[in-house]
Amino acid sequence: MKLTLRIWRQTNASDKGRMVEYKLDDISPDASFLEMLDVLNEQLIAADEEPVAFDHDCREGICGMCSLVINGTPHGPERNTTTCQLHMRKFKDGEVIDVEPWRARAFPVIKDLVVDRSPLDDMIQSGGYISAPTGTAPEAHSVPVPKPDADRAFEAAECIGCGACVAACPNGSAALFLGAKVTALGLMPQGQPERWDRVVSMLDTHDDAGFGGCTLTGECTVACPKGIPLDVISRLNSDYLKATAGGKKK
Amino acid sequence: MQAVAIAIPAIYRSTVGKKAVMAVTGGILVLFLVAHMVGNLKIFLGAGDFNHYAEWLRTAGEPAVPHRTVLTLTEVVLTLAVLLHIWSATSLALRARAARPVKYESRKKSHARGYATHTMRYGGVIIALFIIWHLLDLTFYAVNPLGSSATPYDRVIADFAPDRWYITVWYVVAVLLVGLHLWHGAWSAFNSLGWRTKRNDGFLRGLAAVLAVVIAGGFVAVPIAVTFGWVG
Repeated sequence: MKLTLRIWRQTNASDKGRMVEYKLDDISPDASFLEMLDVLNEQLIAADEEPVAFDHDCREGICGMCSLVINGTPHGPERNTTTCQLHMRKFKDGEVIDVEPWRARAFPVIKDLVVDRSPLDDMIQSGGYISAPTGTAPEAHSVPVPKPDADRAFEAAECIGCGACVAACPNGSAALFLGAKVTALGLMPQGQPERWDRVVSMLDTHDDAGFGGCTLTGECTVACPKGIPLDVISRLNSDYLKATAGGKKK
Repeated sequence: MQAVAIAIPAIYRSTVGKKAVMAVTGGILVLFLVAHMVGNLKIFLGAGDFNHYAEWLRTAGEPAVPHRTVLTLTEVVLTLAVLLHIWSATSLALRARAARPVKYESRKKSHARGYATHTMRYGGVIIALFIIWHLLDLTFYAVNPLGSSATPYDRVIADFAPDRWYITVWYVVAVLLVGLHLWHGAWSAFNSLGWRTKRNDGFLRGLAAVLAVVIAGGFVAVPIAVTFGWVG
């Protein structure tokens, strides 16, 4: 395949940045998007140019490291798929492909396509956990969980924390991420002791980080590589209002 | 109760709290719209019924309460609801703008098929401008062809006379925008209050759609009917 790439190049956080065009010949349609970028980088290194910096790790679609807004869509054109699992056969021969980093004030660009997603970690640290004694894991069946709750919690727990929801949201909100964490932990018996503190601290951290507010545009759930459903946001709102206006938070 | 009192300012500051304020004030405004629409439709029963209804709005509750008490209280509640609704929306819009200082180069594609959703902000501004015009027209009579000496029925008939077709167009466009606003807003409000679930989502979308169509249809009926000479 012949491709024309327009890639965001930015030397560091203080650089203004710009789109730079690259031509690629002879890309296999079976290459993944990241493998295609590897080919480009090998050519750049051979030509003594600076390779394009991008995040990646497992390349199995489960770690949440890969990002990239491809032709205006986070993780590219294929639904429920991370960038690393996206293949070049989904593009046309000769296509011009725009590649940009996640755009959000809370995700400043570190270099090229790499952004700092630590505000998502800050949210987890402020409440996305349960307190459990260390040592031998307790017998899993000792605490019964209703099957529908377990299924919904599992669905929400599929969130890999990549931040595509933020990149897709016209408001730059991380409500889907937040909703996924609050839902997954709040549906489990083990998540109950911290349930009301969790939702308030995590939302405060979210708002302080400079993310926007959710206005239910639904863009996040479409962009989400794990298909986290939009109703986790309703549960986030419900838990937050119960914790604050409802006085559940002690 | 003390916990509630302390929590309130924090709720207002949070993004979730602002949406809850929008949902509650929006709910008040929807209830008002339904009542307003039902009142408007009395024009099809004739001048007598319509004018009598307008008079009743001012005398309701008498003699237990002074003249115009119920109407004035309604106006105060509606003004507060509109101001809080606009304040929340503006605050969230400014926040959204600040949340993405560098825009995407590639044209951002919408995948969620939410036409109504994308009209909420500019549509809301147009609706606010329309409300100002509407108050100047039929509450303060500043831009009405007849003045305070005419009856409510005559003012409406004169307002939407065929040679003033552009006023009818303006009203119809504004009311259709209200319909679009409700199509997304009435559904979104349940989400903002945390009442939306996977199971009731279809019902809530349907409810919002019915509200939008009934309210827009009911309001459009009067100016259209007057302009085409079906009443008056």
